[in-house]
Amino acid sequence: MTATPKTSPDDGPDLLAAFEQTVARHDRIEPRDWMPEKYRSTLVRQIAQHAHSEIIGMQPEGNWITRAPSLRRKAILLAKVQDEAGHGLYLYSACETLGVSRRELTERLVSGKQKYSSIFNYPTLSYADVGTIGWLVDGAAICNQVPLCRTSYGPYGRSMIRICKEESFHQRQGFELLATMMRGTDAQRAMVQESVDRFWWPALMMFGPPDADSPNTVQSMAWGIKRDTNDELRQKFVDMTVPQAKALGVTLPDPDLVWNEERGHHDFGQPDWDEFYAVVKGSGPCNAQRIAHRRKALEDGAWVREAATAFAEKERTA
Amino acid sequence: MSEIRDEWPLYEIFVRGKRGLNHVHVGSLHAADDQMALRHARDVYTRRNEGVSIWAVRADAIAASSPDEKDPLFAPAGDKVYRHPTFYSIPDDVPHM
Repeated sequence: MTATPKTSPDDGPDLLAAFEQTVARHDRIEPRDWMPEKYRSTLVRQIAQHAHSEIIGMQPEGNWITRAPSLRRKAILLAKVQDEAGHGLYLYSACETLGVSRRELTERLVSGKQKYSSIFNYPTLSYADVGTIGWLVDGAAICNQVPLCRTSYGPYGRSMIRICKEESFHQRQGFELLATMMRGTDAQRAMVQESVDRFWWPALMMFGPPDADSPNTVQSMAWGIKRDTNDELRQKFVDMTVPQAKALGVTLPDPDLVWNEERGHHDFGQPDWDEFYAVVKGSGPCNAQRIAHRRKALEDGAWVREAATAFAEKERTA
Repeated sequence: MSEIRDEWPLYEIFVRGKRGLNHVHVGSLHAADDQMALRHARDVYTRRNEGVSIWAVRADAIAASSPDEKDPLFAPAGDKVYRHPTFYSIPDDVPHM
């Protein structure tokens, strides 16, 4: 065996080189590996935002559980909202492997220090919105998430694999719900179109600002945290969705949406980025309501958590 | 806002997908005690019949090798190629080996 001097913990250049080689090999970084502080903080921000989105994302749809039009739809919606809770938990545990506690994450959400996807700050005004969220919002989420199964941080990638398996049900139930309504009355078809009109642009915003205005993208791609740019994913989503809209018989509310033979992609208009930034900064239709609801759930559940802790303590010492 | 009290301990969750397979690590969760860890693990990790058996292990009870010692720890296996069947050359016409 060759005697090699042990690398000391403060031997920065060697550790950085080893980290970069691992990423370059498309190998995964695991929780106890050395990693640059910026890599860690970028992951904490991205995974936490993702986890918070799953948890806040339960609210717009949860709004309709008690008013589902049939027992079948109610069972489906309950299962879907329960999945969102599960996705939040997978992601929180991935985030905790980076040395941040669940308590800190929850506090950062309810204090507004960390964000969640701006899409959940829009209200759900009709039952068709349950379908549209499944079809367009979960469809956009799948576009974002499938490449993240190959992200360089092991626990994040493993969470994404579980989530992607389950999201497919979410998108399909949404499409089926809308297709059922489209086979119904004129009023039902109008409800679907109105819902699609409201959610189309916010769904396109889910991919984040255009690449030129997304300063973190270059570093995140170099580290293998992100695998595609915002604009690439947005294009993929539009190309994917157009034939689905046609099958449904709905119109996507973009006069500039047209097939470009030369590019082999659809051309499409830009979302209102001023609206996007306003919603991100807290001025969306439901920002205050979403956070207030989460905070109330946290406070109302405090006695349950305390009772469970006391019971566990009693059992342990009995 | 009421303060979020000390967190419940962390459990690592292992699920046996079906009889004949090993338990495999699937993730982690917080629970006040072992029973709650199992119930939460059922709800979080087996909503679609992913398992027939669950282990919940307190994370602070796991002994793990250190990533810093990776090379020295595994070095003893590194130079023992004779432990692999491919180390031995056998004439092509010898059957069943």
